[in-house]
Amino acid sequence: MNKIWLIIKREYSTRVKNKTFLLTTFLAPIGIVVFIAALTLVMSSESDDQKQIVVIDQSNLLEGSVKATNNIAFTFTKDNFTQSIKAYKKGENNGILVIAPLDDPTASKYVVNFHSDEQLALDESSRLERSISKKVRNFKLRELEISEELLSNLDTDISINPNMVKSDKKVSSITSAVGGILGGIVGYAMFFIILIYGMQVMRSVMEEKISRIVEVIISSVKPFELMMGKVIGVGLVGLTQISIWLLLSVLLFTVGSTFFGMDASSMAAPNLDPELQAQAETAFSNKDKIAQILTELAELNWWKIIPLTLFYFFAGYFAYASLFAAVGSAVGEDINEANSLTMPIMLPLVFAVYIGVSAVQAPNSTVAVWGSMLPLLSSIVMPTRLPMDPPIWQIAVSIISLIAFVILFTWLAGRIYRVGILMYGKKASFKELAKWIFYKG
Amino acid sequence: MNILSLDNVVKQYHNHTAVDQVSFDIPKGIVFGLLGPNGAGKSSLIRIITSITAADEGVILLDGEPINEMTSSHMGYMPEERGLYKKMKVGEQLLYLAQLKGMDKKEAKESIKNWFIKFGIEDWWGKKVEELSKGMQQKIQFIATVVHNPKLLILDEPFSGLDPINTNLIKDEIAELNRQGTSIIFSTHRMEQVEKVCDRIVLINQGKVILEGDVDQVQQEYKDNIFRIEFDGNMPSDLKSPHFRIISDDDKSVTIQATEGHNGNELLQNLISKGIEIKSYQEVLPSLNEIFIKKVGESNE
Repeated sequence: MNKIWLIIKREYSTRVKNKTFLLTTFLAPIGIVVFIAALTLVMSSESDDQKQIVVIDQSNLLEGSVKATNNIAFTFTKDNFTQSIKAYKKGENNGILVIAPLDDPTASKYVVNFHSDEQLALDESSRLERSISKKVRNFKLRELEISEELLSNLDTDISINPNMVKSDKKVSSITSAVGGILGGIVGYAMFFIILIYGMQVMRSVMEEKISRIVEVIISSVKPFELMMGKVIGVGLVGLTQISIWLLLSVLLFTVGSTFFGMDASSMAAPNLDPELQAQAETAFSNKDKIAQILTELAELNWWKIIPLTLFYFFAGYFAYASLFAAVGSAVGEDINEANSLTMPIMLPLVFAVYIGVSAVQAPNSTVAVWGSMLPLLSSIVMPTRLPMDPPIWQIAVSIISLIAFVILFTWLAGRIYRVGILMYGKKASFKELAKWIFYKG
Repeated sequence: MNILSLDNVVKQYHNHTAVDQVSFDIPKGIVFGLLGPNGAGKSSLIRIITSITAADEGVILLDGEPINEMTSSHMGYMPEERGLYKKMKVGEQLLYLAQLKGMDKKEAKESIKNWFIKFGIEDWWGKKVEELSKGMQQKIQFIATVVHNPKLLILDEPFSGLDPINTNLIKDEIAELNRQGTSIIFSTHRMEQVEKVCDRIVLINQGKVILEGDVDQVQQEYKDNIFRIEFDGNMPSDLKSPHFRIISDDDKSVTIQATEGHNGNELLQNLISKGIEIKSYQEVLPSLNEIFIKKVGESNE
């Protein structure tokens, strides 16, 4: 036990003191924030080559005003088209927007011409289209004598309210949405963490084997202790890194929004198509909904979700990292060989992510239910379902099968590992690995 | 009292027997040669002794106790294929390895510092292994092997890859440790390296012990009644005698083998009677190398 502790300590401290670790841990989040800040700055800065667009508004639709942007300024003119074209040719303007007279209030199509050798940027043109469409609508309302109030009476906000039949739990329509998003994030995070740190375990095992230090080490400790120490040590490094990232992103986000006035929406989507942004705004526009999401989040059973998620994380990491260690012990210097052996470990992982994603949309589908109980998949699939409160019996089955699986697979991995680390020059096939499991001693 | 004793040790891999009913004892305080050609089973045997792998059958006692996890702290093992953590600092690495052998941090540090002083490398503590030359790394490897003051030192091909200066340095250190009471096992296929230092040897081929004994005793046993005589003056041309056979001769010396049933005295008498002025007379014992080749050749037939 004492020796395992020594191994964990070495694995942890050599990694944490490593320059690459410090760089990725501390600079990566800062780098991302700086990048976003720079992007926001570029997006909001005044463009030095603002284009001058002349508008000939024959229907007086825009009523003499269009909001200028960083890239385009509009001037309304009483000049006719030929005069304006002349001016364009002289270089006095960069384009002419001709808004034809509008007199048919029932017209379903309305063409506005833009004359220039350059094209309008996509977002500029859709912005113009939207503001013209709004004016046309107002014009039509006026002409057809429809009041704004009457029109708004046509809009009805529909929400389907789920009601539990067997239990008296209260659920709302967005519980599933909030839970789903949360579950999806957790699922993906699990996948990457298991993969990244599992691979690290594998590389570390290969390094020890190639440098031949392993023979010295296992003359003092049991191979299984060495493997376990490594898996735990690397796992703790992962935990440290993730905690620092979480902490730093919260910190930087707070600092950023306080001092630089970056608001959440511009950080999240600085370059989003305005139309999409508008949609997003309508979806989450009213404060009621945000408040509701927050209450939903608060009402989630965190006392159940957090410990269970941690359990699935540790169990999943443990099982997969042991398998990666076994693969690392079986291959020699040839990294290609490693690739073909990691394939069968990657497959269930990737498969689990897909099931996890579908579980977000349909948490009680057959695939999701089975996926969250089968041990190779459950460590990723179950956490995605947890916010949506799966039945207790499923959680129980899933936990028991996962624990059994972890014990079985660390044992199997240990059997392969103990033979593999001393085996040189033998090509490791699956048949060979299977034989190793049954070697004596 | 034996520091190590093996009784009927067997290790089988799925298609061959690497160690086949091996038994021998190593008395305390001696330098012991574990000899054999490549692939004879030396490394397999060493891995069993160091509890890296387990034997299928047999009993192994270290200082009278069956080997287990705890006994590993009384052994120091230097594998043939040397290895250290390349990116780790020398001092930290040695400290780690010593602690794995069960030393506490303070005594480990002290021991490492002493060895650093002995080798004149006091300023290496903070150096990374990859910054060191191969010869320097070998020194570190040696310190890693002996840092915990083992009772039994097992050195697998200890001089392979060492330059003559480092070879001598390590040889001297081993001799010093032996004087202080450490028992030593040399495993090698290079006889000339161990002939002078080993007290006792065991010769292994194809997993089996084919020869065991004290070096002197073995040499006596396998001697071929060969004598080397240096002389002055001319060698008579009619040296032929049914009692001996000339193996080689030159101006000043002759190497002669006495035929069966005859000994050195007869040979001398014969030579003296012929009026040869003898300067020196010496029995030529077979080198371990010769015995090795002979025995291995025999057992492979």
